[in-house]
Amino acid sequence: MTGLSREQITWRVAQDLPDGAYVNLGIGLPTLVPPFVPSGREIVFQSENGLLGVGPAPAPGAEDPQLINAGKQPVTLLPGASISSHSDSFLMMPGGHIDIPLLGAYQVSERGDLANWMTEGDGKPPGVGGAMDLAVGAKQVWALMEHTTRKGEPRILERCTYELTAPRCVTRIYTNLAMIEVRDGLLVREIVEGLDFAALQTLTGAAIRLAPDCRPMRTAA
Amino acid sequence: MNKVHKDATAALAGLLRNGMTIMSGGFGLCGIPELLIKAIREAGVKDLTVISNNAGIDGAGLGLLLEAGQIAKMISSYVGENKLFAEQYLAGKLKLEFNPQGTLAERIRAGGAGIPAFFTKTGFGTIIAEGKDVREFDGESYIMERGLTADLAIVHAWKGDTEGNLVYRKTARNFNPVMATAGQVTVAEVEHLSEPGTFDPDHIVTPGIFVQRIIHAKNAEKRIEQRTTRPRPTP
Repeated sequence: MTGLSREQITWRVAQDLPDGAYVNLGIGLPTLVPPFVPSGREIVFQSENGLLGVGPAPAPGAEDPQLINAGKQPVTLLPGASISSHSDSFLMMPGGHIDIPLLGAYQVSERGDLANWMTEGDGKPPGVGGAMDLAVGAKQVWALMEHTTRKGEPRILERCTYELTAPRCVTRIYTNLAMIEVRDGLLVREIVEGLDFAALQTLTGAAIRLAPDCRPMRTAA
Repeated sequence: MNKVHKDATAALAGLLRNGMTIMSGGFGLCGIPELLIKAIREAGVKDLTVISNNAGIDGAGLGLLLEAGQIAKMISSYVGENKLFAEQYLAGKLKLEFNPQGTLAERIRAGGAGIPAFFTKTGFGTIIAEGKDVREFDGESYIMERGLTADLAIVHAWKGDTEGNLVYRKTARNFNPVMATAGQVTVAEVEHLSEPGTFDPDHIVTPGIFVQRIIHAKNAEKRIEQRTTRPRPTP
């Protein structure tokens, strides 16, 4: 079961962002979200290296080495954008000013623990960057991820096996197979067409519950 | 008061010694004090503790000091872009104290403000919390982090005046303003140097009190680490 493509996952997430939200985009899948925001809805995207009002990548030849995102890629600014230092930018998360961080994830546990910065035994020096700061302080944290590893092993688990980014922070999980709320355990709100609840349970490493109003997962027309 | 020096070597004269702690502004290769880093490389001081978000890349930025074996310890948040760093770290030649990025910024802010320690939620319940004091406030758990200062802070700014007032450009601001506050001595390299009164006082980001020495870096290099652009429109 492959379910949604990466673009379809990010399209699905974009449909749920409320008008006027300040949203941080984590590295990886979340960076694909902005083009899918429905027209007429204003979302202000933050990049934690000091940008609010991040626009799309520049046209070739228009890159500015002094205007980059947290992934160190050149970006543009939208009208109304602002710049701040790292001190001011990083108080926006723990201070509760960012409405929703959208974060990539290696693993999420049934109580909302997030692991998204380090896999085991990768032989690299440890480096967490901004991952832990982003996961702390917002009322909602949405995780975007493939439902299983390439080998088909679950990545939604009773307990994360990788080093944690933050405990009990994820409130919603969007995968290629389902949309799941973390609310006293895992509540399945949407399942991709062609997959039933029992099959989804076998691909999930923790007990899931079916929401009474569970719907087929929406995709772009 | 004369804060202006003719070049990076002159600006660092009398400040460098083995075993010292240096803060270096920048995020990736964006907004780094390139000429001051080169002058530290030429000076050859060793056993440095360097506080900087990243460690440059191979052959650029702080990567130059790594190549020359001048750094004994890094206090950073992310060092993934530097192969030489990984080699030296895994060989046990280099110590690393890694921090969440916002915690690093706040540790420097606290240091510059004379605050020895503070509590943050970031890192609670993770390996970052190991060995640190935990306290509960209003039903939530927080870990204690220490303020950071340095013997020397080197920063980059877009514009400066001879009083040491600094103005930054776009995301080259990053850690530079906060590091300028936390050095015993702060040396700034600026792309454009002006006489006092040139800038609207309301637009100055770093007041000159934080900057002791300044150089005019007319031709510092600016590089893009991860080049990404939108696709060319199809004809």
